[in-house]
Amino acid sequence: MKKPNISLCFCLLFVSLALFSAESRAGEKVELVDLKTFMPMLQPQNDTLYIVNFWATWCSPCVKELPHFEKIGKEYAGRKVKVILVSLDFADELQQRVQPFVEKRKLQSDVMLLDPGRGGEWIDQVDSRWSGAIPATLFINGSTRLRAFHEKSFTYEELSALVQTYTGEQQ
Amino acid sequence: MMRLLTTGALVFLSFVVVMQAGYKVGDVAEDFTLKNVDGSMMSLADMDEAKGFIVIFSCNHCPYVVKYEDRMIELHNQFADMGYPVVAINSNDPEKVPEDSFDNMVARAKDKGFPFPYLFDATQQVAKDFGATRTPHVFLLQRSEDSKLKVAYIGAIDDSPKTAADVKDKYVAMAIGAIENNGTPDPEFTKAIGCTIKWRE
Repeated sequence: MKKPNISLCFCLLFVSLALFSAESRAGEKVELVDLKTFMPMLQPQNDTLYIVNFWATWCSPCVKELPHFEKIGKEYAGRKVKVILVSLDFADELQQRVQPFVEKRKLQSDVMLLDPGRGGEWIDQVDSRWSGAIPATLFINGSTRLRAFHEKSFTYEELSALVQTYTGEQQ
Repeated sequence: MMRLLTTGALVFLSFVVVMQAGYKVGDVAEDFTLKNVDGSMMSLADMDEAKGFIVIFSCNHCPYVVKYEDRMIELHNQFADMGYPVVAINSNDPEKVPEDSFDNMVARAKDKGFPFPYLFDATQQVAKDFGATRTPHVFLLQRSEDSKLKVAYIGAIDDSPKTAADVKDKYVAMAIGAIENNGTPDPEFTKAIGCTIKWRE
């Protein structure tokens, strides 16, 4: 019997782990977060580009652009780009509506449901340019101090061009 | 590269336009003429005895609006007699959201028994003039001594979209209370989550 190829074993292990984590994401529970948990996420200190998209299952332009964010997440997998989908559905509809939606569409990005509680002051804290309409997307990079905000829906091409710009990959 | 620059310039320009458009508190609101769900054409000047108006950019489809419909009716019932009727305006493009067509507005107004006018902003010009971006989006207008309509408050109806029972601050009611007592609303501007106005492409 031949001596097992260690590097091949590691490689296989790695691939299976990667596949496993990609597969398992779809089964994950959508986390319910409040402002205390959520707001610090908008102050990252590392050099990852965070793409924070505010959406809701009832918001048709949001739902329409979700695949674009998913595609970006896949294209930049393993690189310093992270997509976070923040649902603004009503918190009491998490189990009935949001979780099944995420499972049915097999969303691979991180999904959370934000229950901001009373009042709208937090909207300014996310970005003063945000009127409160969704979809809205915030691009943050702690290292480069990038903080770009867009209150609009994107085509894939628009989103991809922005991500290229913000990751410094534009031609 | 050129294309990217052009796109960038366009994005920037549209951003500037969006930022500059619309009323701020203290601005004079222009009147408009829009079709009401009863088929008549309506202007704010038609109600010249009103001391002001609770203009609400609204629609049929938005879940946030649906949560607020009963509260919009309550607002009208509470304040119309005081001189501040609700005027609801749907500016959404029905091509994008068929649920927000004029016929569907008529049906919704009938179903809910809206006691206030529900107007169709077919050209979307009124939403642009006001600077409305979402539904529901309130602009409280106050008639000044020269009879012009000044914007006294912009924002949300209250601080709890999800449940009326959890409301602590009724922003619009508070603002009317303030101007009725010759004061200034505090807050005079609030933000809230809502559906985007669905602009025509």
